[in-house]
Amino acid sequence: MSQNLSSGPEPTVADLDRPLYTPIKRRSFFMYAGATAGATALVLAGCDKDDNNSPGMVNVGTSDVGVLNYAYALEQLEADFYTQVRTGTYYTTIANAVEKQILDDLYYHEVIHRDFFKAAITAAGATPIKALTTVYPANTFSTKASVLNTAKAFEDLGVAAYNGAAQYITKPDYLYLAGKIVSIEARHAAIIRDLVTEGSFVGSDIVDIAGNSLEMSKLPSVVVATANTFLADGSKLDVSGLG
Amino acid sequence: MNFLQILSAIEKVDPEVYDRLDSRRSVFKHMSGVGQKLTAAALPLFVGAVFNKVYAQTPGGLAVNDVLNFALKLEYLEMYFYQQRTALVGLSSVNSTALSLIATDEANHVKFLRNTLGSAAINDPTAAAFDFTGGKGSNAGPFADYRTNPVTYLALAQSFEDTGVRAYKGAAPISSVMANKTVLTAALNIHSVEARHASHIRAMRRGGASSANPSQAAAVSPYSTAPKSWISGTDNGGAVPGTTNAIYGAGNNSGAGTATNVTYLAEDNNVQGGVTLTTSTSAAFSGFPTTAFTEAFDEGLDVGTVSTIARLFTVTGSTLF
Repeated sequence: MSQNLSSGPEPTVADLDRPLYTPIKRRSFFMYAGATAGATALVLAGCDKDDNNSPGMVNVGTSDVGVLNYAYALEQLEADFYTQVRTGTYYTTIANAVEKQILDDLYYHEVIHRDFFKAAITAAGATPIKALTTVYPANTFSTKASVLNTAKAFEDLGVAAYNGAAQYITKPDYLYLAGKIVSIEARHAAIIRDLVTEGSFVGSDIVDIAGNSLEMSKLPSVVVATANTFLADGSKLDVSGLG
Repeated sequence: MNFLQILSAIEKVDPEVYDRLDSRRSVFKHMSGVGQKLTAAALPLFVGAVFNKVYAQTPGGLAVNDVLNFALKLEYLEMYFYQQRTALVGLSSVNSTALSLIATDEANHVKFLRNTLGSAAINDPTAAAFDFTGGKGSNAGPFADYRTNPVTYLALAQSFEDTGVRAYKGAAPISSVMANKTVLTAALNIHSVEARHASHIRAMRRGGASSANPSQAAAVSPYSTAPKSWISGTDNGGAVPGTTNAIYGAGNNSGAGTATNVTYLAEDNNVQGGVTLTTSTSAAFSGFPTTAFTEAFDEGLDVGTVSTIARLFTVTGSTLF
């Protein structure tokens, strides 16, 4: 019989029930209950990586909030990109009405995603990461080819990133939210790819067409290797706490 | 016997054990014989009963193979539908190639799901299970000319793709799927491919069957014939208003085929994660069209509602959906 449970006051149903409501209370339950080897390991695991910021990098954190902040970071990148697109030479002087209509919608959607995540992370009682500073190669916003190819890279990356990070989400409502957004990113990716090359809405570079026709999802560590090339020093992402 | 060590050991093989206990904490309250005080002698029995409850299939919660077979049914529907594309009249070569590409993807999804399920897979329903005219087997329903008329065909294609996106999205948070990371990731990797298809079919409908560059066609409100590549509001009832409205409507939030803590709302929903999204939610949203807040998020559907939609295209007597 459990030494831990019998060493304190006689446990009641309420005592057993209450500590299971939230992770914080769960942790205090084990602290209160005393130090078996297993319980100690759990307490340590609960504290793992909380303060593991790499110098000069933005650590998205761990677990559900880590995934939300990771998504917030990627949405910041996309929102900033389309914001700059709309003041660039391609959009203001070259793009036709249809291309502008599409880029306007993508701008709205990504800015909405960005500020939604900031609000949702705050509402969840967690802290959003800071506003990130972006960097782009020269003349990114000047030509049709560079704008659309950069958009294609971001949208495809976003789809692969959400698909690859979903496995780290524990709450069904958060997973559902990620699902609501990733299909929008996929819709974006398809039309942008079609604008680049008609009929390339799926392609062997992003979907395993020769095999199972599954999107080729990417783990956070792979995604940030690309994303960080568009982020300034001090804004580069550290996703070591995920997975 | 050490209750804490048991939990800890289980957590090593099942990291979600605490969530299972948490989301089903009512078992503690409803377990008979523990109304007042849990005695030391009763604890082993109590613990055993708790785990039986937690790991048994939840009433209303589908097992992972049930969800995979549901996906397989939808993929069969799509696969047999795209096999019917060959008699379409007036397709440009780029549009013809695109439909072939989508047909390949859907056939690959069927193959993949069959391989994943192995002997648990349902039998192939065959093309005979479906009537894509919506005639329940009469082959003379409201979409009777779908095999030759690309307008009808693409209207159906958009309906099936948008339904597929909503179905995968709604099923992903079902607990048995979330608990299997391999299945979850694979399902999402199909989900996004369906969304790419949906986006492209919508572009094809904007441009028309003979267009050589469908992505360059303008979306025109109310979008029933020239839709955006994403769903705006409830899309005015979809490709065939009056028939396809349910594809953009609300789902059922209880019973089998729903996920815990998930509410299946209509596509015009603008409240996400408890945050109401309007032009005043953030200074950056100032001047945004109100439709943008619904376009920025797709919504999922429960298994039951998707089945009701799919049943429009099976023959009378079919028990597939």
